[in-house]
Amino acid sequence: MDFSPLYISMKTAIFSTLITFLLGIFAARKVMNMNEKISWFFDELFTLPLVLPPTVAGFLLLIIFGKNGMIGKVFEKIGVEIVFTWEATVLAAVVISFPLMYRSAKGAFEQVDLNLIYAGRTLGISEFKIFCKIVMPLALPGIVSGGILAFARALGEFGATIMIAGNIPGITQTMPVAIYMAVQGNNMEVAAMWVGIIIVIAFLAIILMNFVTHKNRSYIKKG
Amino acid sequence: MSLYVDIKKKYKGFDLDVSLENKGQRLGILGASGCGKSLTLKCIAGIEKPDEGKIVLNQKVLFDSSNRINLRPQKRKVGYMFQNYALFPNMTVAKNIEIGIERTRDKHHIVEKMINLFQLDGLENRYPYSLSGGQQQRVALARILAFEPEVLLLDEPFSAMDSYLKEQLQQELLEVLKKYEVDTLIVSHSRDEIYKLCNNMAIIEKGKMIELGNTKDIFYNPINAATARLTGCKNISKAYKISDFEVAALNWNIVLKTKKKVTEDITYVGIRAHDIRCGDPLVMENTMQVTCVGITETPFEWNVLLHNRDESSFGKNIWWKITKGYWKEILKEKAPNRISFPSEKLVLLK
Repeated sequence: MDFSPLYISMKTAIFSTLITFLLGIFAARKVMNMNEKISWFFDELFTLPLVLPPTVAGFLLLIIFGKNGMIGKVFEKIGVEIVFTWEATVLAAVVISFPLMYRSAKGAFEQVDLNLIYAGRTLGISEFKIFCKIVMPLALPGIVSGGILAFARALGEFGATIMIAGNIPGITQTMPVAIYMAVQGNNMEVAAMWVGIIIVIAFLAIILMNFVTHKNRSYIKKG
Repeated sequence: MSLYVDIKKKYKGFDLDVSLENKGQRLGILGASGCGKSLTLKCIAGIEKPDEGKIVLNQKVLFDSSNRINLRPQKRKVGYMFQNYALFPNMTVAKNIEIGIERTRDKHHIVEKMINLFQLDGLENRYPYSLSGGQQQRVALARILAFEPEVLLLDEPFSAMDSYLKEQLQQELLEVLKKYEVDTLIVSHSRDEIYKLCNNMAIIEKGKMIELGNTKDIFYNPINAATARLTGCKNISKAYKISDFEVAALNWNIVLKTKKKVTEDITYVGIRAHDIRCGDPLVMENTMQVTCVGITETPFEWNVLLHNRDESSFGKNIWWKITKGYWKEILKEKAPNRISFPSEKLVLLK
């Protein structure tokens, strides 16, 4: 039995979640500070991967990062190849899971009472300190649950991954791809085992999410 | 200690145009909800940016559109108490007070002093959700004063409180403000609050500042109809001058003799609901035949709604507030059919 899909999936999900987590928070802050017309455009753009079929996202990624793509060409010049490498699984997972993180973070930030930020400013607290000590702690439950959602989504990513990273066992074959391949080869026991593992991980993620959300809200809810 | 404000700003529904000056006193800003009072405070604090104008606090220019000066709120040293107090819910009382204190000062000592001063002992480690409205207000004040602002802005400080708590807290606030001798601007839609707390006041209507002066002067001798309405004059009628001591009240269809000399620019005449008296049947001057259309009882007085019996002005409400004693002894618990407008109580308005 080859456990490399579990290892690859976890590695991909962890790396991509780290990237989406920071990128999502950053993008949410940026969009909130933009003027209305521009922010509307970026909001659409950042949410798009959520509504597009993953294969469509994968196709677009192929066009952009492929050997003849805009960015692919640049990478090729410096000797970096993306398509059909492990990095491609991360790329696919980041793009697909990004909207979940972005939207959760934006929602969480928007819920923070603006008056608290204003109060902080009039009390002479720097913008950075306001963000770290007031906005982040209050938005944390939403942000963390966004991160967990993004992780779960990255773990389950199939369509875009197979388009851009393919199915190379030991390198780009993630659990969802392994399930598909196992079923194709009529290897139902192997497929069932991967399904079981994914269900367990998904379950743990939900428990973790509820735990974090609940714990962080304790100072508001108790009353 | 001085604050000078002269600002203009286009806003939803109205244009803000306020100019006021405060010299070391408590200044109240009275206006109806959504008239631009809070917006004025936000402009002073730097939360909102005026389109043009100038704001100067103790010789320090906070905002000056002609010189492109717009200090960040952090640099203004303006203490702003929000309507909902805006305590940081993720911090304890002590942390809330501590966060605005500069690094170079003895934080621990200041927090302790504030906790003592505002009678918050024992609450240091509690979170804001577990405090009562009054305690929350004290923490908010302690937090602001620990930061040592040069001016204090209070935005509807009592709007979130039960009426029975209010009076006690107003008294407490007044004592704190006197002790600290910090310049204070209080915004409110409640004339009682302004009257109790402020020596000077400004009236804002639809974004425009229409009157500024001593609180008692404005309450007892309002100049504008809007001021009269905001300071609690319930009965206001359009009017024009007949002679030096006579006006015609158009809405009431009556000619009224006045004690004060009538100016040329009079456009309204008013009388407070408390100042109406029962009409003497032998005196015709300043009296009116009325029909009572509604009576309500409140704990300390009767509110009577009257209409002129004269057809041509029928339907114009006249409010009369009658103390329980007067109602019982003089009126014998019955609304009279003739009322009088005492000439010395008439308010002549522009």
